[in-house]
Amino acid sequence: MSEQPAEPTPPAAVSADLALEVRGVTKRFGALVVLRGIDLVLHQGEVLGLVGDNGAGKSTLVKILSGFHSQDGGEVIVGGEPVRLRSVEDARTHGIETVYQDLALIPQLPVYMNLFLGHELTTMGPLHFLDKKGMRKLSRQYLDEINVHVPSVDAEAEQLSGGQRQAIAVARAMRAATKILLLDEPLAAMGARESRLIIDLVKDLASSGRVSIVVIDHNYAHLFELCDRINVMQGGRIIIDQPVAETSIEDLTELMVSSYRRELENVQNAGA
Amino acid sequence: MQSAAPTPTAAPATPPGQRHEAGAVARRVLRLFLTQRELTPILITIGLFAYFAIRAGSSFTGSLSLSSAAGYAGPIGAIAVGEVLLLVLGEIDLSAGQVFLFAPWVEYWLHNAGVGVLLAILLALVVCCGVGAINGLITVRLNVPSFVTTLATNFILFGVVLIESSEAQASPIPLSAPGSNGQVSFAGQFLGAWQWSELLWLVGITIVATVLLRRTRFGVRIIAAGGNLVGAAEAGVPVRRVKVWAFVLCSFLSGLVGIVDAVKYGSLDPGNFGVDYILYAIGACVIGGTALTGGRGTIVGAFIGAILIGILEDGLTVIGISTDDFYVYIGVVIIIAMALNSQFDRLVARSRGA
Repeated sequence: MSEQPAEPTPPAAVSADLALEVRGVTKRFGALVVLRGIDLVLHQGEVLGLVGDNGAGKSTLVKILSGFHSQDGGEVIVGGEPVRLRSVEDARTHGIETVYQDLALIPQLPVYMNLFLGHELTTMGPLHFLDKKGMRKLSRQYLDEINVHVPSVDAEAEQLSGGQRQAIAVARAMRAATKILLLDEPLAAMGARESRLIIDLVKDLASSGRVSIVVIDHNYAHLFELCDRINVMQGGRIIIDQPVAETSIEDLTELMVSSYRRELENVQNAGA
Repeated sequence: MQSAAPTPTAAPATPPGQRHEAGAVARRVLRLFLTQRELTPILITIGLFAYFAIRAGSSFTGSLSLSSAAGYAGPIGAIAVGEVLLLVLGEIDLSAGQVFLFAPWVEYWLHNAGVGVLLAILLALVVCCGVGAINGLITVRLNVPSFVTTLATNFILFGVVLIESSEAQASPIPLSAPGSNGQVSFAGQFLGAWQWSELLWLVGITIVATVLLRRTRFGVRIIAAGGNLVGAAEAGVPVRRVKVWAFVLCSFLSGLVGIVDAVKYGSLDPGNFGVDYILYAIGACVIGGTALTGGRGTIVGAFIGAILIGILEDGLTVIGISTDDFYVYIGVVIIIAMALNSQFDRLVARSRGA
């Protein structure tokens, strides 16, 4: 089966209320084509859910938006400006923060240091002495504010429970994100109570309207609770784009199954 | 108006029984040992010192003997301090012992070529930093494990010294010889000729490196990259740059103390034992409580480990035990230290799990 020529993307006017726009982004790793032209929009203050099978390209897309990978083709537009995200720092300067599946906490560092990792408060100019007192104080204040409870901000991350660790990882990204927060399976391996903690955290942030959020998850119930809109990815494309208010878990599942069927028929027809 | 009689508050706490108190003290002591890794090697060092002082008296505690202990500890300690930074990163530098020998040779050659002595030292240190940068860049850019990278540079440096020196000793070397007034210059004294200068350098290096690791952004980034490499990179820590700089620092410290050591002895031996130095240095790190697994390490521990090795070597010589025995002792100490550390780790993990 040959690759279909990519449809020309309409030269849509850049809308001011878009926090993020992705146009025709492609990515391959060697022979493996992972993204086949992703078009996606994220409105200001919106929470967008991304679902799809393993290997659909969700994590790759997030890693491109966070500057960890660079795309082969297509455009990423942040706040109306086309940007080239060459590194994590690049993405940061554009106000994009990410919570990864594999938990970027450092087990040997205390909570406050983990919260400030990559944004350390320092004194004495070029010597970059750590302002531990300042970071401790701000960490305590901040964690109180967002209702995340840890034994102590001086506790090392490895002393925390899985849920507390994830909460700290989310809290760090939330603190730093000025425009866009990307959450790659923030609830993976969380118990029910721990999931609740993280969901409440994200909902609070979303309701503040301060940032726009993209969240990947496998659990529809969680996504329907969190998100304003859901995009379904399959085989490196976005195949469904539905506002949560206009759909239900059953409808979405039905849509996915029928799209699967179509895909399967296509393959069979092409094979025949 | 009279207020009601104060109701009795909680009864005064009954004094805990002696037995209970002893248990609490024991637990607190255990906890102290678990959290302060340097405590064990400090006690061993003090014990060794006391043992040799009692056995040999003033022939051990005299300044000649103690300065020779410091002479052993100085180079080992300084290399070990640099090595701790790399071990915390989950890397290792096997070439540091060879850099230690290479630096004074570079200084000697430059001086012979007509370069002023202080400039020669400066340039030699720059060359050492270059060696470190090459170690680091090969490791992070070509994805060669640092064990292998630095094993190779270790051999290359050794070969370069043998070739360039035609395997002949060099002496006197710049700064070590007395001037026209029969005195070694202040710079010479400062850079090694004074009997305590190596110890002074080691103390200085230890303090600076401890501050670097515990109090600066660079130190936190070392711990972060060593504790969770992918996580640190995702959090925006420039892990490759941090690693390269740590290699540069390790080479710089080895070269610096190599020059100090050469000035002290006044001659250079191309067939010297750079490999011995690096093995002692790693031994000092391990004795001090630094694991080779990354994420954790103590510079003060490495300092103490070096002092312990120095005292052991000097003490055994003073009481007339063959230095051959020294190797056996040092091996036993390293095993004990490592076993204690891993048992401590297990205990800490268990107490946290409880």
